[in-house]
Amino acid sequence: MNDVAPMANHINCGLPQILIAQGSPYENNAYQLGQGKRLYDWFNCKGCHANGGGASGLALTDGWWRYGPDPVSIFLSIRDGRPHGMPAFANRLTTEQIWQLTGYVRTMGAYSAQTAAPSRSDEMESRPAENRAPAATDLRIPPSR
Amino acid sequence: MRTGGISLALVCAGCTGRQTVLAPMGPQAAQLSWLLWSFIVICAVIWLLVMLVLVLALQHRTVPVQHSERRAAVIVGISIAVSVLVIIALTVMSYAATRGLSVAADDPVVVRLLGFQWWWEVTYIDRRLDRTLVTANEIHIPVGRPVRIEFSAADVIHSFWVPNLAGKMDLIPGRSNDLTFIARRPGVYRGQCAEFCGLQHAHMALLVIAEEPAAFEAWREVQLQVARLPETAEQQAGRTFFTSQACAACHTVRGTSAAGTLGPDLTHVASRSTIAAGLLQTTRGSLAAWIADSQTIKPGNNMPMVMMTPEQLRAVSAWLADLR
Repeated sequence: MNDVAPMANHINCGLPQILIAQGSPYENNAYQLGQGKRLYDWFNCKGCHANGGGASGLALTDGWWRYGPDPVSIFLSIRDGRPHGMPAFANRLTTEQIWQLTGYVRTMGAYSAQTAAPSRSDEMESRPAENRAPAATDLRIPPSR
Repeated sequence: MRTGGISLALVCAGCTGRQTVLAPMGPQAAQLSWLLWSFIVICAVIWLLVMLVLVLALQHRTVPVQHSERRAAVIVGISIAVSVLVIIALTVMSYAATRGLSVAADDPVVVRLLGFQWWWEVTYIDRRLDRTLVTANEIHIPVGRPVRIEFSAADVIHSFWVPNLAGKMDLIPGRSNDLTFIARRPGVYRGQCAEFCGLQHAHMALLVIAEEPAAFEAWREVQLQVARLPETAEQQAGRTFFTSQACAACHTVRGTSAAGTLGPDLTHVASRSTIAAGLLQTTRGSLAAWIADSQTIKPGNNMPMVMMTPEQLRAVSAWLADLR
């Protein structure tokens, strides 16, 4: 599961064969998404990305991905870090946890209706819930940054 | 008759185990035990009287018709009055017993108990911050001194239940409850989560260890120290692996750079008698088994499988088993 072969700029590649064979459990399984949501809180992703809206870190819900929208790019961002402050979590999370977190991060924006969703938040939502219908905002407008 | 005696003996044998309301070891538990026995005796007497009346009624079925309605009214009236009196008496007894459960005490040992899925974080509060102590799954208390436990939970509702010492109290996320009790006799009292909290609710045990005050203070001094330094090369390798890999992201070992707060504090893990909240005895083997595949031992727990070689597993288990 750790065996990904991205392009030279560490962006974009197909899912590892094992995840395809399993039917992408980290995208389509509510338990895995729920674990990802807990990890997002426990490992202080909120410290920089807030509830997805972004703060000192980039926004995760606006539909724009500096390093690619595909699961492997996000997996690599978490595992190896990215320039300008995103730390590497390779020695802080197991490979499975990084995939769980990847799956969750991809549900935050929710641009298409999903059959699997993480559990409900305990606190007040500062953005539409992950399990809502697709986003209504027009994604053709790039973020101001 | 003989079968009856044997089954009675079996029932009583069940009552004298480690974890029972019927063997109170402190004034609060004694009050609850007394209340329980009072209810049992009073309700048993009432049940016997009702059965007696029933048998008599079945034996004398021919009542003169002309008197029956008036007599029935009188009997029903008396029965209702007696029932109301008995229920009021039981309510008053129950109220008095529960009122006496939470006593305000001078100079209690203050312990903060935080419930997690599926283990307990135990924090001893002290006026001096450097004497505040974090451990897990075992509460050591001094005999004869009041102990105030403040309850809260990190995820879902749990419940504290150590029947030999006190009543139940819920641990509720975002809310603080407390309970004060005294242990009169030294001993190890088992408790467990008494509010269904998920897949491993049954494997969420807690030990309360009541000791003489001197032994308690000695235990506390040992626990306040940072983790022992590794003595062998293998233990050193275990420590290095632990602090440089994912282990340290969730667990704290004071005296090292490991300072995670999502899992139990492991500074003195080998001084505790069990791991995984009462599931396994603490041995090097059980520690290694837990690290290698905790999801088979306790499915659903939040400990992930950290990939490591057999040598690394041996090293980490050797180091953890030495953290007394």
